Amino acid sequence: METLTDNWDLFIEAFRTTVVLLIISGAIALVAGTLLGAMRVSPVPALRAAGTVYVTLLRNTPLTFVFFFVAFGFPRLDIRFSYFAFAVIALSSYTSAFVCEAVRSGINTVPLGQAEAARAIGMTFGQTLREVVLPQALRNAVPPLMSVIIALAKNTTIASGFGVMEAGAIGATLNERGYPAFDAMIWVAVGFIIVVLPLSLTQRRLERKVVRSR
Amino acid sequence: MSTVLYDAAGPRAKSRYRLYGLLTTVLVAAALAYVVWKLQQTGQFSGRKWSIFQYEQVQRTLLSGLGNTLKAAATGAVLALAFGIVFAFARLSDRAWVRVPAGLVVELFRALPVVVMIFLIYYGTLANAGSASTFWSVVAALTVYNGSVLAEVFRAGLEAVPRGQSEAAYAIGLRKSQVLRMILLPQAVRAMLPAIISQVVVLLKDTALGFLITYRELLTEARQLASAQRFEFPTIPVALVVGAVYIAICLALSLFATWLERRNRERGRRRTAGKAVQMGAGEPDAGA
Amino acid sequence: MRMRRMAVLAIASALALSACGKDSEEDEGGAAAPAPSAATGVTLEGSPTFDKMTAAGKVVIGVKEDQPNLGFKDPTTGEYSGFDISVAKYIASKLGFGEDKIEFTAIPSANRETAIQGGQIDYYVGTYSITDKRKEQVSFAGPYFIAGQDLLVRKDDTSITGPDSLDGKTVCSVTGSTPLQRIREEYAGAKTIEFQKYSQCVEQMLAGQVDAITTDDAILLGYAAQQPDELKVVGAPFSEEKYGVGLAKDDKVLRDKINDILEEMETSGEWQRAYDATLGQSGSTATPPALERY
Repeated sequence: METLTDNWDLFIEAFRTTVVLLIISGAIALVAGTLLGAMRVSPVPALRAAGTVYVTLLRNTPLTFVFFFVAFGFPRLDIRFSYFAFAVIALSSYTSAFVCEAVRSGINTVPLGQAEAARAIGMTFGQTLREVVLPQALRNAVPPLMSVIIALAKNTTIASGFGVMEAGAIGATLNERGYPAFDAMIWVAVGFIIVVLPLSLTQRRLERKVVRSR
Repeated sequence: MSTVLYDAAGPRAKSRYRLYGLLTTVLVAAALAYVVWKLQQTGQFSGRKWSIFQYEQVQRTLLSGLGNTLKAAATGAVLALAFGIVFAFARLSDRAWVRVPAGLVVELFRALPVVVMIFLIYYGTLANAGSASTFWSVVAALTVYNGSVLAEVFRAGLEAVPRGQSEAAYAIGLRKSQVLRMILLPQAVRAMLPAIISQVVVLLKDTALGFLITYRELLTEARQLASAQRFEFPTIPVALVVGAVYIAICLALSLFATWLERRNRERGRRRTAGKAVQMGAGEPDAGA
Repeated sequence: MRMRRMAVLAIASALALSACGKDSEEDEGGAAAPAPSAATGVTLEGSPTFDKMTAAGKVVIGVKEDQPNLGFKDPTTGEYSGFDISVAKYIASKLGFGEDKIEFTAIPSANRETAIQGGQIDYYVGTYSITDKRKEQVSFAGPYFIAGQDLLVRKDDTSITGPDSLDGKTVCSVTGSTPLQRIREEYAGAKTIEFQKYSQCVEQMLAGQVDAITTDDAILLGYAAQQPDELKVVGAPFSEEKYGVGLAKDDKVLRDKINDILEEMETSGEWQRAYDATLGQSGSTATPPALERY
């Protein structure tokens, strides 16, 4: 218990970084992922191909590797940002690929008649997507999107290996301060349950709502 | 699927699409050219940096790293499957004292980051047993996390098998465990195979977290080589080679999963004449 | 274009894992210390670690792999070299384990205590400072060397002259190291960044991401010696770090034995020879410190 109380400020600071990392990366990933999703269903073959290649590459790469490439590779290419920014780039580019897949699966759930009707009254692809399909698709995509966001929350811990002082780094820091590392990790685990639980509960509620509205 | 979103293009739309396509191609080409120029400009193609791969010892190091990655992934995958089946059955049990704890375990492990789990298992066995193996810590963390995800996949799969199947099985006098094992599981696994393989890809990718506790898998070895001062820090060359290896392995597995999925769908369509079962939990998990 | 072709060739040769691989390269620094011959008939009553070593027929030593002249693994040969390695080998030989019976395992700073406690290694020789806090978890033989905390900066950087001029600068060190804690506590104006290894800090500094690296001068001198045109050590040590051999906390028998071995190494002149062949390469001199037995 004193492992927690003695280092209260460290825990607060680290989890604050975790949450900030989650919010910024999550927002960027949602926007970028939705754009990617639109690219992948667009009538322009080149756009579809670009989206597919991006998603395929990122989904089949370990996130730790993406972190390594960004935090250690970018500076070698004279691209310099803070390590926090590097972490945001790594997390959001990786997560956007999964957001794209969730959005695409959402688009698939929209009944065909909707898009057909939109086209029948003369809407273009952009209008069909923006006005008719995406609003419904996103509602259906909410549960899988929440899974992606929950995964992102957990994935922020990898940033601790790449120069960002967040929840994943608490164990090593406290070990050096002479506290048992195992106790420290137990409290980190508790912290994550506190962060993830509301997300999971929201997801479950939304899931039920979506099912009902169908 | 996507074709319902737009009509067959008329002459004007066609030329507009062609313009967009051209623009995309130009943009992508420009981005690629910029990357190559940047690589060239910062000397990433220097012979010195790439020469590190010529050494037999370096090749051996990378191969042993790859071996350790595959070893941890294979062991983890087998154990996670077993864990998943056991806990899926437990969650479907009629007895509350089996069902509820199993549900809690699965929910708990799904809520924790693999990073935290690796540390917990490593430090935990250390504190309690006095010794710890880096290999088993990585494997155990991957097993409980992916096993929990798979348990949910299996549960959804078992529940999605048409009810007539289990009703018929009960009618001929099978016990519940027999129905699960002999009737439902074989059908569920076939339908769930793509989702299972996707999860194995997640597991394989997560072995890269072994660096946290100095398990010498591929990425750990690669990072060590990347900081070789004598070879002008060959970070980019090493990243390109190792990245290609990871993508090749994961992509091969993913493509296999897609192929299975397509085959399943086609068979299902043929068999049930368009009433293919929609699997809810087949959504791949966005692991690390 | 020629460069690109070379790169392609390099990939091709790396992928074709045939006999075309080069064995090694002319050694540049980190000369091998004289290999001592193994003692025979060594017995140690009541040392669990020694019993384990004897049963396994080998000794597993935890070391660093990325510190030139101290503990360094040549990626092209897989050979370890440096002062710490010489000390580790000397101890092993006096315990009855020749070079062929030694297994080196690279352990980064943050994982040292757990590796010793977990029995992953039998003892640790790798710039391991003796501190009271660490003594709660492991025990130390030695010290066998005394270093001081210093700063490594880019050669053209004149703005950093010591820890007092670190305000607003980004300082890198490894996770779980005392030097970084000291900077945080005593020189709060500096921004700190942590990586697993010092070599990663060096990589980041040369890429312009951090301004200084802080740890013991002995470690920093090794990096500076590798790239003298780009790196320099500030040269104003502001602490005293006593390097010890880390081993299991309850194994007093082995600790006493290793202390005896270190004393023998120092009086026999072996210590000085090992120093001259490794750390002495970067131009510094040193004398063996007095042992602290407890």
